Amino acid sequence: MADKTEAKIDRPPATSDMAPDPETATITRQTTIAGWKIPTDVLRAYTMVFALVAIWVYFHYSTDQIFLESRNFSNLMRQTAVTGVLAVGMLMVIITGQIDLSVGSVVGLAGGVAAVAQGWLGWGLGPSLAAGIAVGLAIGAVQGTLTAYLNIPAFIVTLGGLLAWRGVILGLSRGETIPIRLPGFKSIGQDYVGPTVGWIIAGIAVAAIAWLTINRNRARRRHALAVPKTATTVARILVPSLVIVGFIYLMNSYEIAPGVHAGIPVPVIIFLAIALAGVFITQNTTFGRYLYAIGGNPDAARLSGINIRKYLLAVFCIMGALTGVASIIYTARVGSASPDAGQLLELDAIAACVIGGTSLMGGRGTVFGAILGALIMASLDNGMSLKNVEPYLQNIIKGAILVIAVGLDMAGRKRG
Amino acid sequence: MSNDHPFLQMRDITKTFPGVRALDGVSFDLNKGEIHALVGENGAGKSTLMKILAGVYPHSEYGGEILINGKEVRFGGVREAETAGIAVIYQELSLVQDMTVAENIFLGREPRKWGVLRREEMYRRSQHLLDDLHLTIDPHVTIRNLGIGQQQLIEIAKALSHEAAILVLDEPTAALTDAEVEIFFGIVNKLRDRGVAMIYISHKLEEVFRISDRITVLRDGRTVGTNPTSEWTEAQVIARMVGREVGDIFPTIDHEHGDVLLEVRNISVADPVVTGKKLVDNVSFSVRRGEVLGIAGLMGAGRSDLLMGIFGAHAGRFSGEILVEGKSVQIRSPAEAIKNGLGFVTEDRKRFGLVLDQTILNNMTLAGLRKISGRFITSIDAEAAAAERSMKELRVKSNSVFTIAGTLSGGNQQKVVLAKWLLTNPRVLFLDEPTRGIDVGAKQEIYAQINQLAKAGLAIVLVSSELPEVLGLSDRILVLHEGRVTGEFSRSNASPERVMACATGSIHQAA
Repeated sequence: MADKTEAKIDRPPATSDMAPDPETATITRQTTIAGWKIPTDVLRAYTMVFALVAIWVYFHYSTDQIFLESRNFSNLMRQTAVTGVLAVGMLMVIITGQIDLSVGSVVGLAGGVAAVAQGWLGWGLGPSLAAGIAVGLAIGAVQGTLTAYLNIPAFIVTLGGLLAWRGVILGLSRGETIPIRLPGFKSIGQDYVGPTVGWIIAGIAVAAIAWLTINRNRARRRHALAVPKTATTVARILVPSLVIVGFIYLMNSYEIAPGVHAGIPVPVIIFLAIALAGVFITQNTTFGRYLYAIGGNPDAARLSGINIRKYLLAVFCIMGALTGVASIIYTARVGSASPDAGQLLELDAIAACVIGGTSLMGGRGTVFGAILGALIMASLDNGMSLKNVEPYLQNIIKGAILVIAVGLDMAGRKRG
Repeated sequence: MSNDHPFLQMRDITKTFPGVRALDGVSFDLNKGEIHALVGENGAGKSTLMKILAGVYPHSEYGGEILINGKEVRFGGVREAETAGIAVIYQELSLVQDMTVAENIFLGREPRKWGVLRREEMYRRSQHLLDDLHLTIDPHVTIRNLGIGQQQLIEIAKALSHEAAILVLDEPTAALTDAEVEIFFGIVNKLRDRGVAMIYISHKLEEVFRISDRITVLRDGRTVGTNPTSEWTEAQVIARMVGREVGDIFPTIDHEHGDVLLEVRNISVADPVVTGKKLVDNVSFSVRRGEVLGIAGLMGAGRSDLLMGIFGAHAGRFSGEILVEGKSVQIRSPAEAIKNGLGFVTEDRKRFGLVLDQTILNNMTLAGLRKISGRFITSIDAEAAAAERSMKELRVKSNSVFTIAGTLSGGNQQKVVLAKWLLTNPRVLFLDEPTRGIDVGAKQEIYAQINQLAKAGLAIVLVSSELPEVLGLSDRILVLHEGRVTGEFSRSNASPERVMACATGSIHQAA
C-alpha cells in the first residue's frame, strides 16, 4: 500500500489524458439523449422500468382503473411468480451462452411427480415437495452432463427433453389430471402471509437498503472514489423504500373477505426470495462472475483457469431445481397436476430474459432485467385479459412486442 | 507480353493505421510469366501491401497508385480487383467445407440457364480445369474429405477459373507435405509458362530461392531491396530482412538468475486436424528465476502451441514432462497450470485474453478472482483496490476501472491482460506476442515491465515474431522451425542473421 503514493509521484505528466487522442481516449459505453450522456446499461434498465410503468398506466386507465387495484395487482404478482422463478434460472443459463427449452415439460413432470407422490402414494407434504424438486434437479443434471461433458448442443439436448419429459408425464399419469389433496400443498400457490408479515418484510428491506447504501459510500470513501452527495444518497434509499412500502401496502389492502386483509401471496414471497438469491449469485459471487466470463468469451475464460464444464453443469442443475420449485407453485396454484401443465412456459421464461436485455449470445443480462421482463409479459397477459382482447390478438401482440423490444435493444446497442 | 512497362506496377504505396505507418512509399512491380517473391519479417507490411492490391483496402484508404498494363486502376472493393484479374490465395482457406470441389470452384458464378443450375456443365468444366492442372481429384468429392494440401490446390484451381492474370500466393506451402509441395511447384511452374504473373510470399527462404525469379525484401513498411533471385544469396536476404538497429527502446538487463523454476522435457503437440502431424516436436527447455527465455521462430513454427501445451490448453494431444521447481507436475488444464504458478499472456488478446464486453476490473481479476476477492463471495472493494493498483503500476490509461475493456486501445488492452496474470502471483510467466499491434510507446512500457518482472524473480518465456524484441529482451534464445528446436543462443552470441537463419530452416545449429 505504501507504494501507492509513490506511483502517483512517479507518473509522468499524462498529457495524452487531456486530448481526445484515439490511442488513449477511453469511454464507457454511453448514449447521448437531448444532450445528456447516459451510460447505455443504465439507460436500458430505466427504459424497461418506464416501459413497465407505461404499460401499467395504460391498462389501469383503459380498464376503468381495475388493473392497479389491489385485487388485480395481487393476482398479477401471483401470475408473475412462476415465469419469474423460471426466468431467474433461465437467465443464468443464457448468460453462459446456453439455452433450456425443456422447462415447460419439466414443470409438468415435476409437478406431476409431486402430485402423484401425495395423491397416489400417500406421501406427506415435505417428501412430496422434495420429490418434485428432486425430479427437476435430476433432469437438470442429466441435461447439463449431456451438454457440458458430451458436447451436445444445449438447444438439441433440451429440445429432446421438451418432447421426452412431456412423454414421461403422459405415461406416468396415464393422461389423468391428479388433484392436490394436501391443504398445505395448495396453500403454497393460493395463500397469503398476512399483513403483519408483509410490514415486517418491508421494515427489514428498508433497513437493509439503507445499510447497504451507507456501507457502499463508506467503502467508496475508503478507496478514495467519489462519494455521492447526501441528497443522492437519501434518494437512493428513499426511492426503493417507497416502492417497497407501496408494494406491500397494495398487497395488504386487498380484502379477501370484508375486513380480512390478504397480505403478500405465498408464491410471490418465494419468487422474491429466489430473485434476491439470483441477484446475489450473479453479482456478488465468483460463481456468477465466471458465468458471465464463460458466456462473454469462453476461450479467455478457459485460459484463465475456469473449468467451463463444471460451471455449465452447475448452471443446468440450478435451472432444474428452480424448475422444480416453479412446478410446485404452478401445481399448487391450479390445485391439480394435468399432463399438459406448463406448456410453452420455456418460451415465456426466454422472452422475459430477452425483453430484459439479455443477449442470447451469452455474457450479457441481469436478474433485475429478467424479472422486469417477466413482469412485462405477465402484465400484458393480465391487462389484455381484463380488456377482453381476443386470444388470437393477444398472441399477435405479445409476439410483436417481443420482436420490437429486442429490435430497439439492438438499435441502441449499435449506437452505444 | 508487355511493351516496355511491367504488367503490374504499384507505385509509392503508403498506408497508415491509427498510430502506425504500415507502408511508407513502397514500390513493387511484376511481369507476365514472372514469380516475384515478397519476403520480410512479420509486420514488415507484406500482407498490407497485398490487401491493397486485392481491394480489401479500397482506393480512398491508401496513397500511391496501381497500374495494370500501364493504366491506373482504382479498386473500390475486392470484387473490382477480382474482375481486374487479381486472385489472392490466403493462408486461411476460404472453401466451403461441406460443398463439393466443383461447387466451390464455381461458387457465386455457377453456370446457369434460365436461372437453373447446369450441374453437368459445372462438373464438366471443373473436370477440365483439374485435368489441365494434372490434378487427380474428383470434382464430386466434398472438400471436407480432402487433405489441407489438396484443398490448397483446389483454391488455386478456383483462382484460375476466374481467369486470374495475377495470382498472389500467401504462404502457400505452410500446410503442405513435402510431396504436395512438389506437386504445387509443378503447377506454379506451368502457370508461369502460361504467362500468369505471381506474387509469392513465404517465410521459407529455401523455397523462395527455388521458385522465384525476383525477390523483394520489405522491412518496416519500406522496400529495402529488389533483385533477380540469381543475384541474391540467402545471407543477403536475411541481412536485409533484419537490418534495422536493435534500438535502445529496450531496457538494460541487469537481473541475476537463480535456480531453474520451470523445466520441460520432450514436449510434443499433435495437430488437431492432420493425423500424424506434430505442431511441436520433442522440444525441451528450462528457464531460471530472473531469466527471460526468448522463443524465436516464424509464424507456424509451433511457438504458441508449445506454450499452450505446457499450459494445459491442449489436453489430449500433448505429451511430455513438466517440472516446476524441480518437481514433476501434471498439468491437464489451465486451472492446474495456474495452481502451479504459471501465468500466460496469450497471443491475440481479443480472442484469448479479454472478455471485451466487460470492465477492466472484471478482466483484471478474472484469473485470480478467488485469491483477490474471496473464495465464493466477491468483494467489489478488494477487487477495485487490486485493479486500481494494477492500473497505476502498469499505467493503463483509462479514467476508471469500470471502463469496458473493448473500448481501450490495443496497448492498454494488453496491459489489462498482463495485469490479469500478475494478479495471480505467478512464478513463471509466458508472454506470447505481448506487443503485437500496439504502438511504440506502449511497447516500450511493456518492455520495461518485462525487465522489472524478471528482476523481481519471475521466470519469463517470451515468444515474439519481432526479432529485435527477442534479441533485446532475452537472456537466452531458443529458435523453433516447424515444431523443432533448430537453434539455441546465449544473449552474447545471438545475432539477427544467425537467429533468422535457424528460423527459416536454412541452418540447423546443434543446441
